[in-house]
Amino acid sequence: MSTESSSNNSTQPVRFFHRGRIVDVSGVHPTRSVLDWLREDAHCTGTKEGCNEGDCGACTVVIGELASDANAPGTVGGLQLQTVNACIQFLPTLHGKALFTVEDLKAQCAAAQPQDNRKHAVHTLHPVQQAMVDCHGSQCGFCTPGFVMSLWSAYEHHQAEGTQPTRQQLADELSGNLCRCTGYRPILDAGQRMFDLPAVRLDTKPVVAALTALQNDGLDYAAPLGARIDHFHAPRTIAQLAALREQKPRAQLLAGSTDVGLWVNKQFRDLGDIIYVGDVAEMKTIETRQNDEGGELYIGAGASLEAAFEALVQRVPSLTDVWLRFASPPIRHAGTMGGNVANGSPIGDSPPVLMSLDAEIELRRGDAVRRMPLPDFYIDYMKNQLQPGEFVQGLAVPLAAMRRQVRAYKISKRFDCDISALCAGFAIELEQGSDTVKAVRLAFGGMAATVKRAANAEAALVGKPWTQASVAAAKLALAQDFKPLSDMRASADYRLQVAQNLIQRLWLETRAEDALSLEETSVWSVMPHAAVKAAAEGA
Amino acid sequence: MNKPIDARLLQPAEAFADYLTNTAARIDPAAEALAHDLGARVGISRPHESAHLHVAGEATYIDDIPELTGTLHCALGLSPAANGRVTALSLDAIRAMPGVVTVLTADDIPGTNDCGSIVHDDPILLPVKDGGEIRYLGQPVFAVIAETREAARRAASRAKEAMTIEAQPPVLTPQDAHARGQYVVPPMHIVRSGGSANEGDEAAVRAAIAKAPHRHKSTLDVGGQEQFYLEGQISYAIPKEGGALHIHCSTQHPSEMQHLVAHALHLQSNEVHVECRRMGGGFGGKESQSALFACVAAIAARQLQRPVKLRLDRDDDFMITGRRHCFWYEYEVGYDDEGRILGAEITMVSRAGHSADLSGPVMTRALCHFDNAYWLPNVAMHGFSGKTNTQSNTAFRGFGGPQGAIAIENIMDSVARELKRDPLDVRRVNFYGKAENNVTPYRQTVTGNIVHELVADLEASSGYRARREEIAAFNQKSVVLKRGLALAPLKFGISFNVKHFNQAGALVHVYTDGSILVNHGGTEMGQGLNTKVAQVVAHELGVSFERVRVTATDTTKVANTSATAASTGADLNGKAAQDAARQIRERLAESAAERHGGKASEVRFANDKVEVNGRSLAFSTVVGEAYLDRKQLWSDGFYATPGLSWDKDKMQGRPFYYYAYGAAVSEVIVDTLTGEWKLLRADILHDAGKSLNPAVDIGQVEGAFIQGMGWLTTEELVWHPQSGMLTTHAPSTYKIPTANDCPPVFNVRLFEGQNFEDSIHRSKAVGEPPLLLPFSVFFAIRDAVSAAGGHRVDPPLKAPATSESILRAITAVQSA
Repeated sequence: MSTESSSNNSTQPVRFFHRGRIVDVSGVHPTRSVLDWLREDAHCTGTKEGCNEGDCGACTVVIGELASDANAPGTVGGLQLQTVNACIQFLPTLHGKALFTVEDLKAQCAAAQPQDNRKHAVHTLHPVQQAMVDCHGSQCGFCTPGFVMSLWSAYEHHQAEGTQPTRQQLADELSGNLCRCTGYRPILDAGQRMFDLPAVRLDTKPVVAALTALQNDGLDYAAPLGARIDHFHAPRTIAQLAALREQKPRAQLLAGSTDVGLWVNKQFRDLGDIIYVGDVAEMKTIETRQNDEGGELYIGAGASLEAAFEALVQRVPSLTDVWLRFASPPIRHAGTMGGNVANGSPIGDSPPVLMSLDAEIELRRGDAVRRMPLPDFYIDYMKNQLQPGEFVQGLAVPLAAMRRQVRAYKISKRFDCDISALCAGFAIELEQGSDTVKAVRLAFGGMAATVKRAANAEAALVGKPWTQASVAAAKLALAQDFKPLSDMRASADYRLQVAQNLIQRLWLETRAEDALSLEETSVWSVMPHAAVKAAAEGA
Repeated sequence: MNKPIDARLLQPAEAFADYLTNTAARIDPAAEALAHDLGARVGISRPHESAHLHVAGEATYIDDIPELTGTLHCALGLSPAANGRVTALSLDAIRAMPGVVTVLTADDIPGTNDCGSIVHDDPILLPVKDGGEIRYLGQPVFAVIAETREAARRAASRAKEAMTIEAQPPVLTPQDAHARGQYVVPPMHIVRSGGSANEGDEAAVRAAIAKAPHRHKSTLDVGGQEQFYLEGQISYAIPKEGGALHIHCSTQHPSEMQHLVAHALHLQSNEVHVECRRMGGGFGGKESQSALFACVAAIAARQLQRPVKLRLDRDDDFMITGRRHCFWYEYEVGYDDEGRILGAEITMVSRAGHSADLSGPVMTRALCHFDNAYWLPNVAMHGFSGKTNTQSNTAFRGFGGPQGAIAIENIMDSVARELKRDPLDVRRVNFYGKAENNVTPYRQTVTGNIVHELVADLEASSGYRARREEIAAFNQKSVVLKRGLALAPLKFGISFNVKHFNQAGALVHVYTDGSILVNHGGTEMGQGLNTKVAQVVAHELGVSFERVRVTATDTTKVANTSATAASTGADLNGKAAQDAARQIRERLAESAAERHGGKASEVRFANDKVEVNGRSLAFSTVVGEAYLDRKQLWSDGFYATPGLSWDKDKMQGRPFYYYAYGAAVSEVIVDTLTGEWKLLRADILHDAGKSLNPAVDIGQVEGAFIQGMGWLTTEELVWHPQSGMLTTHAPSTYKIPTANDCPPVFNVRLFEGQNFEDSIHRSKAVGEPPLLLPFSVFFAIRDAVSAAGGHRVDPPLKAPATSESILRAITAVQSA
């Protein structure tokens, strides 16, 4: 328990579904992590702490929420089930949700048994667990509960859809779970075997009933200043959020806490007032909107990275790799694209992609809404155009921009779940029937204090023929655009050399004649990601 | 001796093969089931004894033990500078922070302020009053004890404000330490000339190099590696009556923890009880380096007379503890037209860090593995353990062996390129002979050499030659991407280099209901040691696995244990447990024969049945009868590895009981524009002797392969060149492999054979040797880089071969 925690009777308990019942938690510090609550308060020690920063997956748990559309793809019996890292989720964000941990799985087997067999079934392992045993998927066992929960999430989703994952899909699902012992092969084996064992499914009915009751039980956090608990505000509508933001301009906005969680866990920052945007359903909107310029894809700032990238990749399949390589599934489930953009880190991977697509950022203060091209939003290192009381409401990507040839190249030490040394978002459009460059976008992360477009390199290409000579000129110009830093991820020289080479790759892949296929330019093309395949088949 | 190659395995496995194919290629469930029915309990792929607990989240790690009332928590205040002095410490502000109970410094240590395992040069807490020497950034200076872990961490994070520091520029690299002549242990040398067991003349070695038809001279950089055990360092110390202590410690070496805590507290060893049920990974990182945390928790618990838990945050774990030594090499070899190494001289300099820790033995093992699988008639090796202002480097799976062997492999690769021969051919002409050319530089005769047939088997099953041609054709056409292929063999010496460590004890209890409890001196860190030892006991007593339970390693049960290290866990403890079980079996047989007639020597134990004088009795019946007959139903067991010798001054002898062998073929694809790469396929054939548990051994082989691949590719440690701060101190910046790094085609087999030495059921140790298998990945990358330059020049590739390192090498070979 935090030494600063205080109990205030005027605030209300955090209520959520855990191990078959609704639990009430009062007087908890607003930044107490779900993991610490589980291990220290609830004495459920199955979930482990490996890194305390959302990078190892030992603390993976599954969060269940009432699905807005019970029949939508990806829902499981009326619930949306998603893995998250318990170490960087704050307990108050669980309100109204269900928390599933490794301790729940054997209980499901017991529940699935006839009454008189239940005592015996207490010792029966869930198919996910049994498959891990059968395939020798655990050695030291410390990462295992996290793997089990990631596998269980995949298990429930595929059972609901009547599908089975490929090994590649399993590897992608597990990209946020580190194992130091096995080398992963047996765990991937277990991910296949679990579907060959007699099925045990989560009975979602009592969960849905409990969450529905919670939603309707009159605990109203919707009042503009209604603090769920001390310093923790959870508005339900954008209007409430906007009002609260104006009244508390210094409050910390909180979405997925995939960055903010680290400020608390590693830097012991006191966040003061927190405004949690995760309960604002309108903020999660992702839709195509018509306008005079031929329409746009609108992504609410509260949409998860997973949902936002999925929407982009549906329209631009060449973004598949950068989607799957953006952190890990648990992080993408919790984190938002709006948060990634608003955070403004020079090594965030959304901004280069969005800039290559001419995205605009939508800001709101009170009722006033304004938009600007994303490059204009960033002023300097971690400085942006947000005024006091203003917040990022959404992102808008013109549909026309998505019809260009778009590429996103992420360079990092590891394929999965790594922070970019640099990340490039490129788009190019040639004049109809010629090789003249009509439009080009060369946006880079990791090359400067902010994500930005390479103005000189773009200028060197626009109106020029799309040839090796022009590429050479653009590569030279790029050295004027960026003076990157050296750090633990890469040296300045490497960053610049690769940034230049990526323009070369763009040309090789999009030149009018003899354009090279993905198989000829990407070492990752051997990985049969479903979406890449779809893109290849569509092309 | 070799299993005929399965025709199915000659075909390239399907990418992303399914689990049934994978299982069938690795183990033979039908044969194992038959053996099991016949009573065998070894050679069976039994799941890990805790697997059902792991998957349910019910396996208890130290932080999962229910806390006793009054438990306090500890966090360490770390030095923010890498070199210099702490001239003053003012802890009042920290003491006043919420929840803080007390702050301990070196002055609070009643006994010796040292937790060095061999050389006593490793302070537990920085001794401010005794000079205040700062050794590295991250060095523990004080310990905050608080009511909650968060309060302790929050207070300890204010360390910088509490210290007055005179900072000095740090010495960070092995080269820098070498140039200054600062070492943690004296330099070591092994010299052998004229292929002789008697001669060691450096001048003769140099002459052999000089007069060879060809010479090659170069340097190599190989980075270190963080263990990244998923469970961080943790100790939980509980005060007991009379000043004694009970410490739950995540450690590979409970006896050493016991001794060091006793020294720090001026206690006798019999007053310190150390226990470890399991670790969430160790990999060497909890061999010596769990000591500091055990000592601090113990000191606090003793002083406050309350239970104290010290569990490190991951970042602190990186900042405080050491890891695999990075090495820098400078070498020259002379060779003939076929690539035969006629003479070699090498200098190895390791980054030892601020104290000796295990750096001496690590260097010894590195020097003893430079030969790898090769006959080196004339060789001079010089090992320097550079003292640097960094964490004190320590054991990590392989313990210097990989660092020694990779140097000769790099040489083989370069020699082959210079001769324009296939590297496999060059490797092969250098292999140790079976009857001649078989004495190592440290004068041990290589016996039981199977490297020739093992490599031939793998060469065929992996389709090495055909793929070599196919890759050349691909590279001819491919503009951006280049593929590379390499086969790397290994020979690894098994035993501790220090003779007296090669001993173990065990206790076996048979209860009157026929259930069996086993305790031994080894520790379980995931490697399946308890599983194997339980199998040995079940086999010996002819009972089902379900009857046998292995309990926590405990200094009050088996005394004076060695570290679970050097891959010796099953060899030593398996033999000791077998010894104990055999004594009980003999007593049971005697008792059964007395009651039922027949000869004791003819009583048979199998499948929970005892065959005596033509009758078949239940095991539990025989046990019950023996109890009534007042037979001792528990026993100790002991084992000491025979035939070992080591003269550490001459660096000669027979340090190893036997050698384990293996080989791997890896194929990679490299992007010449970015240096990105991907492992496409790996084929492994590894020698585990007559495996005690094929599935567990396969798990060790595959795990070591992926782990070693991480060491040589993505896992990069970066210290800030000015401040000396380790900037890669968490999984966000230090990148171990993930599931997507497991190759899409992964063919892994155990070599069919047995240990020619009398090891436990003729098995071979398997923990460390396979860590050398991923050399094949590094050299496949080197091959692809070489292809990018038309195989004209030797790629200056350093390890880890990060994308940046690869692109730099590509740029170099293309512009050469």
